[in-house]
Amino acid sequence: MNLDDNDFTLFGLPERFALDRSDLDARWRRLQGSAHPDRHAAEGPAARRVAMQWSVRLNQAYRRLREPLTRAAYLCELRGAPIEGHNNTAMPAAFLHQQMAWREALDNAQSDAGLADLDLQVRSAERELLAQLATALDEQPAPALAAEHVRALMFVHRFCADLSQRIDALHD
Amino acid sequence: MALLQISEPGQTPDPHTRRVAIGIDLGTTHSLVAAVRHGVAECLPDSHGRAILPSVVRYLDGGRRAIGAEALAAQADDPLNTVVSVKRLMGRALADVAGHAKLPYRFVDRPGMVAIDTRAGVKTPVEVSAEILATLRQRAQDSFDSDELFGAVITVPAYFDDAQRQATKDAARLAGLNVLRLINEPTAAAVAYGLDNASEGLYAVFDLGGGTFDISLLRLTQGVFEVVATGGDAALGGDDFDAALAEWALAAAGRRASSAHDRRAVLVAARAAKEGLTTSTLQTLACALGDGPLRVAVTREQFEVLAKPLIDKAMASVRRVLRDAALVREDVEGVVLVGGSTRMPSVQRAVGEWFGRPPLTNLNPDEVVAVGAAIQANQLAGNAADGEILLLDVIPLSLGIETMGGLVERIVERNSTIPTAKAQDFTTYQDGQTAMALHVVQGERELVADCRSLARFELRGIPPMVAGAARIRMSFEVDADGLLNVAARELNSGVEATITVKPSYGLVDDDIARMLREGFASADEDAVVRSLREARVDAERLLLATRSALAADADLLSADEAADIEGLLAATQRVAGGDDHHAIDAAVKALAAGTEAFAAARMNRGIRRALTGRRVDEI
Repeated sequence: MNLDDNDFTLFGLPERFALDRSDLDARWRRLQGSAHPDRHAAEGPAARRVAMQWSVRLNQAYRRLREPLTRAAYLCELRGAPIEGHNNTAMPAAFLHQQMAWREALDNAQSDAGLADLDLQVRSAERELLAQLATALDEQPAPALAAEHVRALMFVHRFCADLSQRIDALHD
Repeated sequence: MALLQISEPGQTPDPHTRRVAIGIDLGTTHSLVAAVRHGVAECLPDSHGRAILPSVVRYLDGGRRAIGAEALAAQADDPLNTVVSVKRLMGRALADVAGHAKLPYRFVDRPGMVAIDTRAGVKTPVEVSAEILATLRQRAQDSFDSDELFGAVITVPAYFDDAQRQATKDAARLAGLNVLRLINEPTAAAVAYGLDNASEGLYAVFDLGGGTFDISLLRLTQGVFEVVATGGDAALGGDDFDAALAEWALAAAGRRASSAHDRRAVLVAARAAKEGLTTSTLQTLACALGDGPLRVAVTREQFEVLAKPLIDKAMASVRRVLRDAALVREDVEGVVLVGGSTRMPSVQRAVGEWFGRPPLTNLNPDEVVAVGAAIQANQLAGNAADGEILLLDVIPLSLGIETMGGLVERIVERNSTIPTAKAQDFTTYQDGQTAMALHVVQGERELVADCRSLARFELRGIPPMVAGAARIRMSFEVDADGLLNVAARELNSGVEATITVKPSYGLVDDDIARMLREGFASADEDAVVRSLREARVDAERLLLATRSALAADADLLSADEAADIEGLLAATQRVAGGDDHHAIDAAVKALAAGTEAFAAARMNRGIRRALTGRRVDEI
């Protein structure tokens, strides 16, 4: 076991997209139970420093594995198809059209009901992308295709953030 | 006659001797100290049997001070020299303190943190808080009849930012306390509750104190207290209800409070009326002002109209924190009320209605935070059985740095579990640029101007390159106290800059030494004696910890490695009891460095065990 091991190895999990969230949570709590600085508070500085490093590393890995988007991106990277979200924004035309339609709907929505409807649509698109990701990563495996799905999912998430901001603004 | 036991020189008589560790709730209106005694966590009373220490410090003539109830009684008579609610000033510049114009102090506006001019000189909020902490430390020492406190866990509002946390830690150091950990108040309350009620599941802790409001969502699983999300308002509390009622009463009577005395007197009367309205439906707000007595009748209904906007503000934070956690109110299995202000019937009603269940109030809301802190302190001191509880807390506000155009690039997201670290690369803007000014901020807004500025530092000596060629890696590290360290490094040249984020007012060791010299309340010995004593204690602790590590895992070491560590132990042991401060420090450093690889190997073993344990469970 090594700080440089990949996230899956650290958690003793197979390198795949499908994951049992409650199992991951339990592993995280258990690992922090032995690594957390509070467990080593009465020890010397060397032990405390090691504890800090491990605890940080475990939190980082947990956060990345926990979210389907970051987990998928990480798997793509491990399999030689890094996402490079900043440099690579080329998306299929149909996807971009859908994005524009959503943006328009968001700008025009005046009511709770309108936003809720849009929210449903976006969530269903998100579910579909996640299903495609699972296939591309765990069944085919097709990392380049998976990376494309991840980029699409990033767009969807950005839109989700804007959408919930609008919903917040309406409520507060 | 019983025989007295005498241990070998330099040996701790009994390695299993319990260490005295305390939990302190340093509150806006009052503070408490608690400790685990005979297996039970309880608040420690003063010699009059009072657990609550009003967080009030009055500076008297001749360097004397009154702290607690005595100071509280004098607040209207001596408002300029009697500091109340100092917590609201911690880590704050004058401009950040809402409603400061109405406070009866002679403020000294300084960069970083405001100070107050008293008859005993200019006092920073850190010094005032240290008086309160030192009083509680003394109380604990008297209770245990011991001068040796192992350390303290101090609670802070979950929503405190880095500057406020750092100020609190500085105050504790100044009060002569070894800070084992800063923990968040709602988390401490959840520990006390969770252990008392053997709860499991998702809990909301609604903590409305004298000056701050926190809402935290925690998941309780087999002794692990995991904070899922936290939010709140670092400037919303009972004081605001008092101020609203005071203003209303003055307006109703067509009067004004123009002097410092009057302003304080009407606030004191408002607080008394507010507290009375918890059990009765009609109160009279009464006090003596400079231009004659003030008497205004107030019904509970009238008060609740005044309270509503403040409660609405708190409930907006509750909604936000659930959204942050992607949870709905139906997921919450219990709501715990903490803080004296949750005694207000309108607060209990609002919380109960919104969550659709009556809130839990079976522990004393004033004491629950200190009790939780004491449980954690006992654990950190190594007194509790292994693996009893574990707190996994989060950072309440995002951390970022300023980029072009005054925008914030967020680096650590709020609600990230601590400890955490994150790195991000930046580059230069101009050809040949050799230096870079870095500005660290905390907050959720996009513009730097809307966030809290934590620190500014410069990275110099970047080799000249074309714009965009340099790679500056900024690393943020947030420790288990929620405190931030930042480092920046240019990757091509290796040029480095590291800072502990100490805002401009943060105390450096020299400040602490100076304050001690100036006769601070806790200074019953001079700084040199104190630092030698601390070095000895450190050395003893390290010896003990290393020996118990060897006892557990010596099989991880080769014979040579074990001999090396034994040599370092012996060297440390030789100087540990002596008077040579530098020799002790050097031996401790050498021992720490020499056990680095051993510590890593032990951690490795612990991690493996944690994973295999899991696999065994699955089979």
